[in-house]
Amino acid sequence: MRKVVRGFYAIAEAVRLSRPNVIAAYPITPQTEIVENLAEMYANGELGDVEYVTAESEFGAASMVLGASAAGARAFTATSSQGLLLMSEVLYNAAGMRLPIVLVIANRSVSAPLSIWNDIQDSISIRDAGIIQLYVESNQEAHDMIPLAFKVAENKDVLLPFMVCVDGFKLTHAYEPVDLLDQETVDRFLPPYEPVVKLDVNNPVAMGCYAPPPYYMEFRIAMEYAMERATKVMLQEFKKWYKLTERDWGGHVVAENCDDAEVVVVAMGSIVALVREVVKRLRHDGKKVGLLKIRTYRPFPSKEIRKALKNADKVIVIERALSIGAEPPVTADVKSALFGLNVEVYPVVMGLGGRDIPRELVEKVIEDVMKGKTKPEKRYEGLNEFEEVIP
Amino acid sequence: MNCFGPGHGACPGCGFPIAIRGAIEVLDGRVIAVNSTGCLEIVSSMYGRNTWGVPYIHSLFENAGAVAAGIETALRAMKRDEEAHVVVFAGDGATFDIGIGTLSGMMDRDHNVLYICYDNEAYQNTGNQQSMATPPGANTTTTPVGKLKPGKTGRKKDMVEIAVAHGVPYAASASIAYPKDFQRKVKRAAEFEGSKYIQVHAPCVTGWGIDGKLTVEVSKLAVETGLYPLVEYEYGKLVKVKKLKQRKPVEEYLKIQRRFRHLFKHEMGKEILEQLQKIADENAEKYGLDA
Repeated sequence: MRKVVRGFYAIAEAVRLSRPNVIAAYPITPQTEIVENLAEMYANGELGDVEYVTAESEFGAASMVLGASAAGARAFTATSSQGLLLMSEVLYNAAGMRLPIVLVIANRSVSAPLSIWNDIQDSISIRDAGIIQLYVESNQEAHDMIPLAFKVAENKDVLLPFMVCVDGFKLTHAYEPVDLLDQETVDRFLPPYEPVVKLDVNNPVAMGCYAPPPYYMEFRIAMEYAMERATKVMLQEFKKWYKLTERDWGGHVVAENCDDAEVVVVAMGSIVALVREVVKRLRHDGKKVGLLKIRTYRPFPSKEIRKALKNADKVIVIERALSIGAEPPVTADVKSALFGLNVEVYPVVMGLGGRDIPRELVEKVIEDVMKGKTKPEKRYEGLNEFEEVIP
Repeated sequence: MNCFGPGHGACPGCGFPIAIRGAIEVLDGRVIAVNSTGCLEIVSSMYGRNTWGVPYIHSLFENAGAVAAGIETALRAMKRDEEAHVVVFAGDGATFDIGIGTLSGMMDRDHNVLYICYDNEAYQNTGNQQSMATPPGANTTTTPVGKLKPGKTGRKKDMVEIAVAHGVPYAASASIAYPKDFQRKVKRAAEFEGSKYIQVHAPCVTGWGIDGKLTVEVSKLAVETGLYPLVEYEYGKLVKVKKLKQRKPVEEYLKIQRRFRHLFKHEMGKEILEQLQKIADENAEKYGLDA
């Protein structure tokens, strides 16, 4: 059913349709409205057999979904920014314990200075935890990816947490037309969760054992293997999703106008929609520009990226997070994917902490690169002249 | 019934195995055990050498309360709540200090969980560092005795009262020196719906500096001196107290432990001894310990 709804509702509705057993959460801007919507559904008895728990902190929320998942439940939580950082110890642990919990991150910058506005520094910061990360460009994509996240995470060849990253405010609070799924469709796609192991008094197992040096490394490398398998499992599920809903979100990446492009812009998240418009316009003017949308960030789709960018002369990576003191995070991964190819990579940091990214700025960035006005090195766009002060 | 062990690696004379085995046994093995990081976890759950006879989970140091809450919620959501008691076994560091937030959340929401804190009065797994459960005067590696310092300064936090303040249906202190009393309390606790807190005094032979064969004797003296009163609350009301026929002076408990030995010769030792006796006297008055 196509309706104009706000992002947080589209997300909450998809969570409801995925029939979780346990939801535990703690409020934080701009995630709050997602769990408020779920709380309202819970209060009205619309969530079925779900138990909704208000946590004492994000740390507690993550720990509760960890416990619930270990008991064999399908578990969901959502957070942003500081909340995600507070969860991070638990999330590393949940991934290591191979618990398929699903999280929505309403992406927000991290403090200091305190900022409730959008960039993707929060989820990027825990990219190494062993959690699948997928960045969406619209609320329809966010809505669709939630049942898919459960399906992939719970796959016996995967068993890793799954994080759907949705730009805070820009998507979570935006009104967009969303074709809302119905229960029958979701049920057809997503069967009930059947854990491989669970806490069960009739079949006692120990979970979360500690591993001395002869064992530890194998457990960690097994997570690498699981991530590799997730690459394939996700593609299969993307295809099934397309068959079921006729909505094709593509694979791990979506390459548009890349084949003959001299310059390709790489982007993740809601900014993709704007870049697409700019690329269209520049194409109309006869400029050979392309767009590469990265959907899956972990597992990082190096092969697909290499394939899509191999013919490009220049690649611009729009970065909405930093790795302070090093190459921005997506650029580092993209460069590694392109290793040995004769492609120049231009990392452009913009939009931190909700700084506006106007269309003209994206156009200027592309045109500057096309005209050879900038060098293939880290630069900051949309930055004011400033004096350094301690906040 | 194999509840806990054989094969655990706790030191000879370690206090907590008595409590773990006793608790699981009295609950007929119908237990899902949640364990925080610490000595108990290390001696019982190495990969390939699990010594638990019941389903067991260890996540982190500071989240056992929330993990247990999550398990209990899941069992309820999946209509499996009759299956087992969700029981936390956590040390005093995990309970009094780093994990008090998740424990408070668990008790505030009144999850149907029995939280058992084995209290050996310091971070013993990492080699005897002070926790908020460490009594005044104790020599630990982070509150060492020096020319200026007589060991730990400051009081032991009263976690039983903190549990009571949350409005939980049942809270009690216990001691491994009185295993029948402990088991009775576990059984009683399990009768209540909601969060239950039991704190069981369990000596650490290395941290306290005692002979392993004296474990029971030492913990018994903690009770008999009034330093570790055995109390029991139901719905916030003190319902039972272990009375002492002839309360012993605290020195009797302190002098047989290496961690307190300095108190008898340190310049500030007398002051600390007086403070400890005062705590025992206050306990006696507050709970009516003297028969």
